[in-house]
Amino acid sequence: MEVLAVFLPLAAFLAVGAGSQRGLPDAGAAFLACVAVLASAAISTWLFLDIAIGGNDGRIVSLAPFIEVGVLRVDWTLRVDALSVTMMAVVTAVSAAVHIYAIGYMRGDPGFARFMAYLSLFTFAMLALVTADNLVQLFFGWEGVGLASYLLIGFYNAKPSANAAAIKAFVMNRVGDLGLVLAMCWAFAAFGTLSFDGIFAAAQSVPGWALNGMALLLLIGAAGKSAQLGLHTWLPDAMEGPTPVSALIHAATMVTAGVFLLARMSPLLAHAPEALMIVTALGAATAFVAATIALVQTDIKRVIAYSTMSQLGYMVLAIGVGAYGAAVFHLVTHAFFKALLFLGAGAVIHAMGGKQDMRRMGALRGKLPWTYALMWVGVLALAGVPPLAGYFSKDAILEAAFAGAWPAFAVGIAAAVMTAFYGARVMILTFHGSARWAEGAHPHEAPPVMLGPLWFLAAGAVVAGILFYDVLVGTGPNECDTLKGHVGNFISTGCLWRAERFWDGTLAQAMPEGAHHVAFWVKALPTAAALLGLGLAVWLYQTAGARAARVAVAAPWLYRLFLHKWYFDEAWRAAFLRPALRLGAAFAGPGDRGTIDRFGPDGAAAASHRGALSLSAAQSGVLSHYALTMVVALAALLAWTLLGG
Amino acid sequence: MTDFPLLTLLTFLPLLGAALIATIRGPAEDVARGARAMALFVGLCTLALAAFAWAAFDPAQPGFQFTERHAWFPALGLTYAMGVDGVSLPFILLTALLIPACVVASWRSITQRVREYMMAFLALETCMIGAFCALDTVLFYVFFEATLIPMFLIIGVWGGPRRVYAAYKFFLYTLAGSVLMLAALIALYALADGQTFIPALMAAPPALPLAVQCALFAGLFASFAVKMPLWPLHTWLPDAHVEAPTAGSVILAGVLLKMGGYGFLRLALPVLPEASAFLAPALFALGCVGIVWTSLIALTARDMKVLIAYSSVAHMGFVVIGLFSGTQEGLEGAVFQMVSHGLVSAALFLCVGVLYDRLHTREIARYGAIAGNMPRFAVLAMVFTLAAVGLPGTSGFVGEILVLLGAWAAAPVVAAVAGLGLILSVAYMLRLYNGVFFGPRENLDAACMRDLTKREAWVLGILAALILALGVQPALLTHVTGPAVAALLAQPG
Repeated sequence: MEVLAVFLPLAAFLAVGAGSQRGLPDAGAAFLACVAVLASAAISTWLFLDIAIGGNDGRIVSLAPFIEVGVLRVDWTLRVDALSVTMMAVVTAVSAAVHIYAIGYMRGDPGFARFMAYLSLFTFAMLALVTADNLVQLFFGWEGVGLASYLLIGFYNAKPSANAAAIKAFVMNRVGDLGLVLAMCWAFAAFGTLSFDGIFAAAQSVPGWALNGMALLLLIGAAGKSAQLGLHTWLPDAMEGPTPVSALIHAATMVTAGVFLLARMSPLLAHAPEALMIVTALGAATAFVAATIALVQTDIKRVIAYSTMSQLGYMVLAIGVGAYGAAVFHLVTHAFFKALLFLGAGAVIHAMGGKQDMRRMGALRGKLPWTYALMWVGVLALAGVPPLAGYFSKDAILEAAFAGAWPAFAVGIAAAVMTAFYGARVMILTFHGSARWAEGAHPHEAPPVMLGPLWFLAAGAVVAGILFYDVLVGTGPNECDTLKGHVGNFISTGCLWRAERFWDGTLAQAMPEGAHHVAFWVKALPTAAALLGLGLAVWLYQTAGARAARVAVAAPWLYRLFLHKWYFDEAWRAAFLRPALRLGAAFAGPGDRGTIDRFGPDGAAAASHRGALSLSAAQSGVLSHYALTMVVALAALLAWTLLGG
Repeated sequence: MTDFPLLTLLTFLPLLGAALIATIRGPAEDVARGARAMALFVGLCTLALAAFAWAAFDPAQPGFQFTERHAWFPALGLTYAMGVDGVSLPFILLTALLIPACVVASWRSITQRVREYMMAFLALETCMIGAFCALDTVLFYVFFEATLIPMFLIIGVWGGPRRVYAAYKFFLYTLAGSVLMLAALIALYALADGQTFIPALMAAPPALPLAVQCALFAGLFASFAVKMPLWPLHTWLPDAHVEAPTAGSVILAGVLLKMGGYGFLRLALPVLPEASAFLAPALFALGCVGIVWTSLIALTARDMKVLIAYSSVAHMGFVVIGLFSGTQEGLEGAVFQMVSHGLVSAALFLCVGVLYDRLHTREIARYGAIAGNMPRFAVLAMVFTLAAVGLPGTSGFVGEILVLLGAWAAAPVVAAVAGLGLILSVAYMLRLYNGVFFGPRENLDAACMRDLTKREAWVLGILAALILALGVQPALLTHVTGPAVAALLAQPG
């Protein structure tokens, strides 16, 4: 079963990819890719229910040996446990929605089949990542995801900006990858194995500083994929890809990989408390900075992109305070509402003929009523308004943060206010107010093939919180013990396993103990923050943005800082890119040519040439010169023989 | 099996082919056609023979196999000794595989002196296979240095506009190394009581003081480091690649560079173990500096061949780090990386040849947006690009990760610095790929190029299949190299 779930998308990639070179019609490509991913989604859901309700234990399916060198033993395996089936279900569900949506969005594009093939490759790589049983196979999926994102971000490859964004994504990710590779090296040196079970079993036998070191290297890896502050600059640029790609990257198949890695390694991280403090700090900083940037962007996709980064910050923060279950929970709920928001934004962009600037939108609610309504669901879920999905998961994270590190809680609350604010701002600028469309725009509602996935995702954004709260982070006794193995009973009683039984040691813990005993105001504050943010946005933007503009004028330097994204791109360019190119030129010119060649082969050649010239000068043809030379030489020879002998 | 001189046949079959080609007479057209066909035929026969050797080789059996030993210069104690083990056999197969690819790649692009060209390649094959088979230090030296002559001619006669400069630079570097290696081998001969039989030297490394070992090591290093090449002895390589014809670059990057690494593995490491361990930090330093230095240059290169040449130096930096890591993972990683790089760099140079044959320029900026008109080429080139950056699933990854695991065990900082190569390689390889295959349709002549011919597609397709197969099932190679490397590490000292 799990073999099919993982490899069907790969088969679809190969079939559609080969077909795209041989004139496979678009309908055929769409059919193959969608059927494969839908089947994969169905199986993944079944696997999830099997563990979540059936209470079956995880298992490890060995496929083939991979690398067997020295003491290193790595197999191609599929690890089916609580964490991987949760990820599989989310990844395939969102991916299926995106596949179907793309049929409508990409209709008529000359690269349609290629696009479908890449989507399937992306899905396969992510599935290979989450089902890995060792760090090497995880890295296979990890890099596969990077490759697929590079191909998809650069899908419109005639555009120089798309090419630049694609390369940037791959290179920035590679910086993180180096962290993961070095973590792998360290783990291998310390444990002699790279399989998860082997590492976790031996985790306590290794000194704490080494575990902290590994944890920090893992964090660098996670920061690259999950766009944490510092390695995040590729994520906003990634929207150069077609919008369905953005949805896939931001919701399911790429940026979640880093959080997944940290959750997967949580039995190791739990023994590295110092490193976890840095994880917390980085997550909180990311959540905050990204939210400030999202406040002022005018490109609809860019706002949502920074929102993703901010929410990823929450997830990493959750890891840092030991709320691993909450991190995964937020990952799940976020997947639904973020995919919804991106696909909704895609519908808007589609309607506006490719324009993404919200200053050229407004009053679209009459033209796209369904998109409008569904996007509000997404925004409210993102803001954390009860009882939508985001409320439950964000609450869980903030409670754990309060129990673990109150500064992170404070930062999280501030970011929550901003989250609600920029969410509402997007809705108001896009759908409310006056029409500011460019000449010749004829906005229209999206076709059913695009709206269908929106409905599905909106349903997820509404119920995912209530549905999965207990199983992912809930506490208390397992009153479902009697339901073992009966899916039917689940439907009749609506009961899932509680978190502890579900995770069953897959995560170090679902929630830190303290998180269950926080005061009422701590539980209520995130909701209040969300309402405050929504209210602020309405108040500032209701008057055609006049009040908002006054705020921007009142604090110009702050506005510029946010608008220019805290100048990270500029800083990186000055600190790394330009010096690297300058060094490269220096090594090539003054280095290789000017020094090595000059004193090496060219120098030798020139010296021997000079030597030859002076020797030939000695052949002057004048007899007396020769005679003199002979006499001197003979004398020298004689002296040497006499003295030496 | 022991009586049949398999390795001698394998070694000298190409030379025999070259002799046969020399006898072809007639109008220039017929000679050219006959030379091509004969070279391909002999190349394929050699490949079949090498494949047979691979199949008949028993990895579980320790020591050398298919050994032959005859007196050569009895007065000096020199013997004609041939034999293979798990670390030399892969290179023989690699050589036998790439020579037919070279012949096919030169099918249309070489029109002048075809007969001599094909003879040079076959002679080169004899020298290379001979060097990988030789079990006598002097015999090894003869084969090893003899490669210089055909390669010098290939660059100097069929090369580009600055071919004479490039050929002499190549010659100077190699000759300097060669003289020092000869001195070291003569000294070794004297110090080891006239022992030149490599297995004997491996089994009982001459007990020499560290200083003497280091001096001998320096002599061997001079030659092997030039061949690999190691920074700062690498500057001949970009010139040689740029001026060499496509097939010359293929065989240079594919096999000749590996002879340097092989030399370290066969002679320096087992015969001079203490010096190897003592000098390992210095070699790590050279490898690390080389990786960063040449990767940064590759980042700024405008000429495709320059870019790939510098990336080769960076990849060889990984090899030297693995070789001196003193761990099973690192050493096997180094061998794997050499074989992988042999396939990948050969394929990349063939790709440059595909482009050069069509547009007669290697400047990246003159191309762009050709993925549209050359979709099959775009897919294959993507595979090679990914292998060059070490993406898991390709052979490039296995070599790099093994080397890094080994390097970390030896010294974590080495792994960290070498790891920078992972980041930089993506930057320069994608700059190359995107520059050639993607981008706006500005260079119309490039956008009109025809996709791969059948001949090109077959050669590149086979290489891509091998690269992916080794990436998913590295055991195809490691089951042969593993026992040999383990035996090497288990040696005294």
